[in-house]
Amino acid sequence: MSTATLSKATLSHLDWLESEAIHIMREVAGQCSNPVLLFSGGKDSICMLRVAEKAFRPGRFPFPLMHVDTGHNYREVIDFRDRRAAELGERLIVRSVEDSMARGTVVLKSDDEPRNKHQSVTLLEAIEEFGFDACIGGARRDEEKARAKERIFSFRDEFGQWDPKNQRPELWDLYNARSFKGENIRVFPISNWTEIDVWQYIEREKLALPSIYFAHQRAIVRRHGGILPVTEVTPPRAGEAVETLTVRFRTVGDITCTAPVESDADSVAAIIAETATTTITERGATRLDDQTSEASMEQRKKEGYF
Amino acid sequence: MSAIESFPGEAVPDNGLLRFLTCGSVDDGKSTLIGRLLFDSKTILADTLHAIARTSEKRGLEVVDLSLLTDGLQAEREQGITIDVAYRYFTTGTRKYIIADAPGHEQYTRNMVTAASTADLAIILIDARKGVLTQTRRHSYLTHLLGIPHVVVAVNKMDLVDYSRETFDRICRDYRDFSATLGIADVHFLPMSALRGDMIVDRGERLGWHDGPTLFDLLENAPAVHGAHAEKFRFPVQYVCRPQESANPELHDFRGFMGRVESGEITVGDAVTVLPSGRETRVKDIQILGQSLPRAVAEQSVTLLLADEIDISRGDMIVKTGELPSVTKQIDAMLCWLSESPLDPRRKYLLRHTTRDSKAMLAGIDYRLDINSLERQAAEKLAMNDIARVGFKLAQPIFADPYAESRGTGAFIVIDESTNGTVGAGMII
Repeated sequence: MSTATLSKATLSHLDWLESEAIHIMREVAGQCSNPVLLFSGGKDSICMLRVAEKAFRPGRFPFPLMHVDTGHNYREVIDFRDRRAAELGERLIVRSVEDSMARGTVVLKSDDEPRNKHQSVTLLEAIEEFGFDACIGGARRDEEKARAKERIFSFRDEFGQWDPKNQRPELWDLYNARSFKGENIRVFPISNWTEIDVWQYIEREKLALPSIYFAHQRAIVRRHGGILPVTEVTPPRAGEAVETLTVRFRTVGDITCTAPVESDADSVAAIIAETATTTITERGATRLDDQTSEASMEQRKKEGYF
Repeated sequence: MSAIESFPGEAVPDNGLLRFLTCGSVDDGKSTLIGRLLFDSKTILADTLHAIARTSEKRGLEVVDLSLLTDGLQAEREQGITIDVAYRYFTTGTRKYIIADAPGHEQYTRNMVTAASTADLAIILIDARKGVLTQTRRHSYLTHLLGIPHVVVAVNKMDLVDYSRETFDRICRDYRDFSATLGIADVHFLPMSALRGDMIVDRGERLGWHDGPTLFDLLENAPAVHGAHAEKFRFPVQYVCRPQESANPELHDFRGFMGRVESGEITVGDAVTVLPSGRETRVKDIQILGQSLPRAVAEQSVTLLLADEIDISRGDMIVKTGELPSVTKQIDAMLCWLSESPLDPRRKYLLRHTTRDSKAMLAGIDYRLDINSLERQAAEKLAMNDIARVGFKLAQPIFADPYAESRGTGAFIVIDESTNGTVGAGMII
């Protein structure tokens, strides 16, 4: 084996990942009658929109975009979400966890309970409302060990449940998106991307991002060895000192369970350099809800979470 | 440490992506090997390492057990088994790797077949103390059946046989004796100790008598699957783009045929034939997001524009004129049965080949293969994990190549329409 035999026809790793994701999205379009793409304004779903452009332009996307909003999102991200959908000229559906709370289908244990896991309920309600047979999401297998074993086309029953012991075998690039009425397929086109791939893709494609991904000054408190943003929904507790730090978000989601990291990386290139040398995983650094138990993601997926 | 020292984000020559499969059981040190690859490539970050250190301590271990890195789901830990293929990632800065980690036990043939279907290279682990075992034969046969072009036979745990060259040579001889009968061509033999890290990234000091490349050198230099030899151009149409409603009137006549090049390559101006119609035309343009490309190569997703207006829909295939696949309603194939419900010869199934679906009925089972002895046996039915040579009759023609020539147009899956489950995986002979 020698490099001399390498054909110049070989795709770069980003080209390969992009091509695979395009192929997956086109399979959804070809096999499903009413799909939807979940778009939160986060970096992974921003990459997915570029993949969708490459898959379907000059045509329109064969699916609307949808965001399940917990009501606890950073303004910058929500503005970005709306602006990006408008630029693309694609339809954006927003369904709100707060509406589910008003309907009584989401009941919080306490007012300050994070709403992230309750997105499952609102998502399932939206799937039923619109009759979606497939939801395209930006989850990656490198994020978490329950994800490492999930299919690219992941079957969910009518309760939205994932059964890790009963997954459809997935061979070659022959995907099976068939489902009966009421059932649903979750599709993850960027399953094989890692955090660094996402950043490299953002850099290569010159994709715009919400400003909070880059270093900025933010009021924070220190709690349980981590830093937490001070916002209207996450006020400091008694006795906690509020500091101002230069931080950025590695992942954006519900304010109450997404923490920033200390960083002065103010460009994509600086973030790539930092990501390459970081010692903490993306979820470990920033997702407070995954730390509750070793198996918490697996548990939430079984209950219908993305 | 050589290649692996570079950081993932650094600008280095991009040597693409390699997907490989590790075959072996936990006892062979498979988890330790994967743990070491992830650890040495700095893929394992401090918080993950901390978590497995805690678990190791809880289990009363004195050293951090790297194999815990591949410990999966709660459901698996409860039962003490691995139930599924896990995918793991690392990069050396020059190449990105996707590891398909399949459980090695006999009842999980279907998992190994799944993992092997997308792999370009297989690492077959042999315990130096045990030599070539039944499971080695099974893994090698499946690797061969699934058409993985490169095989690395890694004789692990050399530390437990005093790094004995005689032991290694004997195992290599034993392996060659039976692999020759299978026709496996490109095999590399490698003595190593995943535990000590010998011959993984570093050569180590105790295997000085072996002058072949390390595992990392093999991975970094394994040639890409496509482009190594001349391939026929195959372009199954996934989706047709006709933006008639577009505000831009120039697009009203746009007909783009969207898909991924399964094999070969295509250049603007090439003469093509569309199947099943047999109509011939030329490639007018190759596009992606408004950009025109001079050519497209294997595994690239593009949109083709053709010189003539031809009615083409999903499931059709565009090929180069003069390089036609066989257009057939009758196929012979090696079939791996994946479902707990046995293959029922009286039932109709759905066969999915490229982007095309057809009803299919079993024409006959030539033989079932005993995966351990490789003996051919008569069979009426097929149960989960069975591998057999079968014939299928199809309601619609498919455009097929032998799997050995083209994975993309030689592979199919079988779907049970009563459950929508994927129940079989086939390779056309």
